[in-house]
Amino acid sequence: MSAAPLPRVAVIGNPNTGKSTLFNALTGLRQRVGNYPGVTVARKSGTCDVGGGRLVELVDLPGLYSLAAVSPDEQVVIDVLLGRHAGSAPPDAVLVVCDANNLLRNCFLASQVAELGLPAVLVVNQADVARERGMDIDTDLLGARLGVPVALVSAWRGEGLAEVRRHLAAALAGGARLRRVEWPAAVAESVAEVAAAASRDTGKPVPAALAQRLLFDVSPALAESLRWGEAARAPVLRAARERVRRSGMNPPAAEALIHYGRLRAELEGVVRGASRPTRTAAVDRVLLHRFLGPVAFAAVMLGLFWSVFALAKLPMEAILAGVDWAKAAAAPRLEATPMLQSLVTDGILGGVGAFLVFLPQIALLFLLVGLLEDSGYMARAAFIMDRLFGWCGLNGKSFVPLLSGYACAIPGILATRTIEDPRARLATAFAVPFMSCSARFPVYALMCSAFIGPWHGPLWESVAMVGMHLVGLLVAVPVTFLLTRVILRVRPAPFVLELPRYQLPKPRDVLWRVGQSVWEFIQKAGTVIFALTIVVWALTYFPRDTEVAERARAAALAAGADEAKAAAVAQASLVESSWMGRMGKALQPAFDPAGFDWKLTVGVLASFPAREVIVSTLGITYALGEETGADSEQLREAMREATWAEGPRAGTRIFTLPAILALMVFFALCSQCGSTVATLAQETGGWRWAAISFVTMTALAWLAAVAVYQVGTALA
Amino acid sequence: MVPLSQLLPGQSGKLVSLNPERALDQRLMALGLIPGMPIVVVRRAPLGDPIELRFNETEICLRAEEARAILVDVAADCPLPRPPAP
Repeated sequence: MSAAPLPRVAVIGNPNTGKSTLFNALTGLRQRVGNYPGVTVARKSGTCDVGGGRLVELVDLPGLYSLAAVSPDEQVVIDVLLGRHAGSAPPDAVLVVCDANNLLRNCFLASQVAELGLPAVLVVNQADVARERGMDIDTDLLGARLGVPVALVSAWRGEGLAEVRRHLAAALAGGARLRRVEWPAAVAESVAEVAAAASRDTGKPVPAALAQRLLFDVSPALAESLRWGEAARAPVLRAARERVRRSGMNPPAAEALIHYGRLRAELEGVVRGASRPTRTAAVDRVLLHRFLGPVAFAAVMLGLFWSVFALAKLPMEAILAGVDWAKAAAAPRLEATPMLQSLVTDGILGGVGAFLVFLPQIALLFLLVGLLEDSGYMARAAFIMDRLFGWCGLNGKSFVPLLSGYACAIPGILATRTIEDPRARLATAFAVPFMSCSARFPVYALMCSAFIGPWHGPLWESVAMVGMHLVGLLVAVPVTFLLTRVILRVRPAPFVLELPRYQLPKPRDVLWRVGQSVWEFIQKAGTVIFALTIVVWALTYFPRDTEVAERARAAALAAGADEAKAAAVAQASLVESSWMGRMGKALQPAFDPAGFDWKLTVGVLASFPAREVIVSTLGITYALGEETGADSEQLREAMREATWAEGPRAGTRIFTLPAILALMVFFALCSQCGSTVATLAQETGGWRWAAISFVTMTALAWLAAVAVYQVGTALA
Repeated sequence: MVPLSQLLPGQSGKLVSLNPERALDQRLMALGLIPGMPIVVVRRAPLGDPIELRFNETEICLRAEEARAILVDVAADCPLPRPPAP
């Protein structure tokens, strides 16, 4: 059952105008987040009461400066406004959100929207800031000049919302349109010509508003999205633009010149009073200072990183304790059915725990990055860092996602949404999983404390720890360079970064975004990692050869082991005879050049859904029971004593220095995280890039591990 | 008339021309950077690039490489920019 569809209102505006704050204020919690078909642009919509219980659907469009679309986000705006998505019509009205402090620039977008001929309402937002600066805005005059009702609003303070609702109701009841500019005859004729040719060539009607964009836009992005081929469109556009040029205007500049020319006249007298400078300039003199700027930047980023680890520690421990408690509570109840018991404790609870444990870090990163974003500092961070990242195809906005990757790749990949340039966004998302996330830490800790510390002292132990955290970064840089310069055929968007006014973030806006992201993670990545964990559990459990286990247990008891040790030996033999054990033995030759024996190979294979599993898997295969942690002295002892059973290296130690380094390098580079792969697929719009990332990282990990082991062994 | 990339922090001028055939310049024009617009170079990033510009009420950053194709008339009361480093 579904009611008649609600009238739809598109909310459009420049970035940093407080558009999302207004959207949240108007819709409250009645929001839905989805995706636009075929692109990875979030579709945010919500219902708003415009008075008397009359509901409308508001669609929050991505912020943009101009309808001359370059990035996918901007194209979505055009597509929504023209109703080009399958099964959707143009919106019933448009809510244009402007910044009161910069009306001229914001009204440029309104002028472009006017060409669509939709009922419109103009919101002049951030009126509180303008008022404090001594500006007095005559909304009646502005409304009379532009032809639509104007509401003076401070969405942050919740002022003026009733007026917006009232104007919206009127707009939907057949409201006024924004006044359109008088185009010179040459432009009008050229637009008609382009519309006719494009309709003919694409077989679909192309409205005048769309044809106008095709005529003016330098970027071919829109024409390509219409599937209007280069060969067909080039002569048409050349002739149409030539006509505009003959009339004395440069076609790609004509739109801005004409709109701004008219707007200057129309805004005359609308803003009265002084516009005193805001505090932003003074703050920037410190935060963007040549010396103080980088210091402040380092302090902010260290603070962010430290907070994530420090604040996430307790909730993470609580989640782990909760999962352990659930396991302990469930185990005795399922004593009668060992298979079910193992499925519930190791499979289901283990799988839930594997992704729940990262939720605190993910939520915290989202919260802190969201605060930085809304305060306006994120743009400054990008300004400071751009030089370091620009040369390899990334940009200044890549820094925060990469830094987040050092805690967890998932929020890092999701944070790439703030990068407008599609090429830099994809390249950054590709580079993030190379960063040494906190799940790799236990592997390094085990190896360094078991071997490098005792052999070479604490100094080299620390050097190895730091080195391992840099390996991924050092490999990611050339990989990204190759990706952006040679492989990736995505048009880079121009790097024009606005430095918005600083403002106090609105906690409600940030918290809702955090909630939405966390929920998305649970739904998408959670299900994938859960499924993978069950698969690995099944491979490790079946085909349960209890006879082998019983024999191993008896042999251990006969050799003088105690009950617990014998049980652990029996469990190890079960794993050895499981599908996973057989796979490990079968695949061991592939990992032999890296110095991995079959136990390590099993550990590597079992760690593909979630890499932190390696330590407990080694605990099982080394017959120490599954409660083994990275700080277990027994595990270190067992590994130090492990020797090759057969082959040319029979009798020599498995864990030599080259083997340890190879193992750590493998874990540093390998794509062993189901959640990351799933998130990558979600954010890049399909499994293609997720698959490329998985294969690249895993291949690089193997190559690097083999290189380290072979070179190291040759040198030793 | 000099390339925008050569202006020193604190210098101001008037935009003379840009290259609207580039998507970047079309975007700048949409932001209101049209010929005749007074423009100030506020500062450079600590590592020398990008450049922060202010015009009207807008503050944006541009990479020097891309600012090279944008020509400005330096305001009369500003010292001439240094010749570009060799």
